[in-house]
Amino acid sequence: MPEVPRMDVRYVADLARLQLTEEEVQVYQGQLDRIVEYLDKLDSCDLESVDAEVHAGTVPSPLREDREGKCLSREEALGNAPAVADGQFRAPKVVE
Amino acid sequence: MDAGDAVMRFEEYSLIEIRALLRAREITAAELVRAVHEAIEERDSGLGAYLTRDLEGALKEAEKADPGTLLGGIPVALKDNISVRGQPCSCGSRILAGKYAAPFDAGAVKRLRAAGGIPFGRTNLDEFAMGSSTENSALQVTHNPWSPDHVPGGSSGGSAAAVAGGEALGALGSDTGGSIRQPAAFCGCVGLKPSYGRVSRYGLVAYASSLDQIGPLARSVEDAALLYQAIAGPDPLDSTSLGTPVEDTLEQLRDGVRGWRVGIPREYIQEGIDAQVRQALESAASVLEDAGVAVEEVSLPHTEQSVAAYYVIATAEASANLARFDGVRYGHRSEQAEDVLEMYCRTRDEGFGAEVKRRILLGTYVLSSGYYDAYYLKAQKLRTLIRTDFTSVFGQVDALLAPAAPGPAFRLGECTDDPLRMYLADIFTIPANLAGLCAISLPGGLHRCAEGVALPIGLQFLGAPLSEARILRLAWNFEQATEWGKLRAWRDPLQRMGSTRSLRKPDLASGDKESEERG
Repeated sequence: MPEVPRMDVRYVADLARLQLTEEEVQVYQGQLDRIVEYLDKLDSCDLESVDAEVHAGTVPSPLREDREGKCLSREEALGNAPAVADGQFRAPKVVE
Repeated sequence: MDAGDAVMRFEEYSLIEIRALLRAREITAAELVRAVHEAIEERDSGLGAYLTRDLEGALKEAEKADPGTLLGGIPVALKDNISVRGQPCSCGSRILAGKYAAPFDAGAVKRLRAAGGIPFGRTNLDEFAMGSSTENSALQVTHNPWSPDHVPGGSSGGSAAAVAGGEALGALGSDTGGSIRQPAAFCGCVGLKPSYGRVSRYGLVAYASSLDQIGPLARSVEDAALLYQAIAGPDPLDSTSLGTPVEDTLEQLRDGVRGWRVGIPREYIQEGIDAQVRQALESAASVLEDAGVAVEEVSLPHTEQSVAAYYVIATAEASANLARFDGVRYGHRSEQAEDVLEMYCRTRDEGFGAEVKRRILLGTYVLSSGYYDAYYLKAQKLRTLIRTDFTSVFGQVDALLAPAAPGPAFRLGECTDDPLRMYLADIFTIPANLAGLCAISLPGGLHRCAEGVALPIGLQFLGAPLSEARILRLAWNFEQATEWGKLRAWRDPLQRMGSTRSLRKPDLASGDKESEERG
């Protein structure tokens, strides 16, 4: 059995922009370690000469003609925003 | 057919029969919308299938319905992750519930409307379609129409419960790893996952984009074929939708299947399936043989690895897709934050439930530096092998027969603390998504549980990509040759259990009579 790396849940949560409580980290640690251990099944066959598949489709996605189409109006696009100012999305300060 | 009865007890009629009455102007679309509304009022407090519905909007659409269209004005329930312009689309999540209305129609909804379908009612689901029991909905619990103590399956559990509980004429769901077929199996109805690219994903809130597909849930194979016909076809707004013309599946539905070859994957029988499910599978094989089908054993050697490959690929895609929920453009925003980074993190912590967080964490992990090759790349390579398995098998047989799930519906709360156990139960449905196949699940038996409850057993037919017409025809022939498709949750089981839920007039004979008339 190859040694299973334990997921650093706190580090991964930071990458995923999830703020977790200490209790959540504990719960996920146990569950995700078990799941990650199960992923060892990926090592049970020889994949050396196999191509990676990104899609289920066999037909290549056709590109549409490069023509202007309809899109949402500014009002529609802003309609669901939690905060709006001057016809734009309003967010907390990004740079000091 | 009595027009008044067809409106009052729409759940006892086929969509083709309802459409005939609409076309003959004996009933109206508005009457049907009202009847569905009343059925929901009467039954849904015990079932919890629906999250919201817009009666006024649906009635307005019903007034304009054209009886000459494919669906002729039939109301259809929609899983609450499919966009309908102006309607809420909660995805079963606190991050969107009450805070978002879709600004556009999904591609499938545009087609549904053009075919004379009326979107009516939004059904419950596992949050962002992540789950197999609908217990991951942050908004409400949905019960199995056959037994309120059991789950309806998931993630399209609300759509399956609405159809099987007599609260909808038909419904749309979405299937990423079995989310249409497994709830259809648990609730005793029919669920079709179309081939990847056959139905537009535009406006379906993305979980795993290379696996997601919208499809119908219905009370019969013919109803499912009709709804499929209404929503399938290309969409310029979905670059993965296929341009290939859609076959008329209804036209050839009733043709025979003599001389066909159907395979049963030997790996599926070894995966620890319930004895009664296995028995149902064997009986189904005999039924097919009686219809002139040659049933043979085939092999899909990479079945065992498919769950691992799926949970790497699906969660990797989910972690990217759900990055858009950052509290800026739509949905919930935390009010606790000082700066933008804290706002992202708190918003997502407050808005997402446990299973969504778990899958985002796993997906972020398998894509993170140092682990990409070990997990994501290997999973994609396995996906190639899994697809090659199917390509080779479909060179030998016309379709595959398999269980839809290893067992019947489990009890509410039974698996919630053990996510891995819940994931492993998806083994029979996941491969079709990984390989882009079409697959249909339909009633294939009745499971007698120890506690005296009878629950439906679902079986599956799987076909090569774009062979919907073939698997629907096979499913229709199987359905006609057995009694399983005629069982209804609102008749026998609930009454035997002494349920106090209000039930409409039971009429055991009508199912048989109708099929004789039709046949």
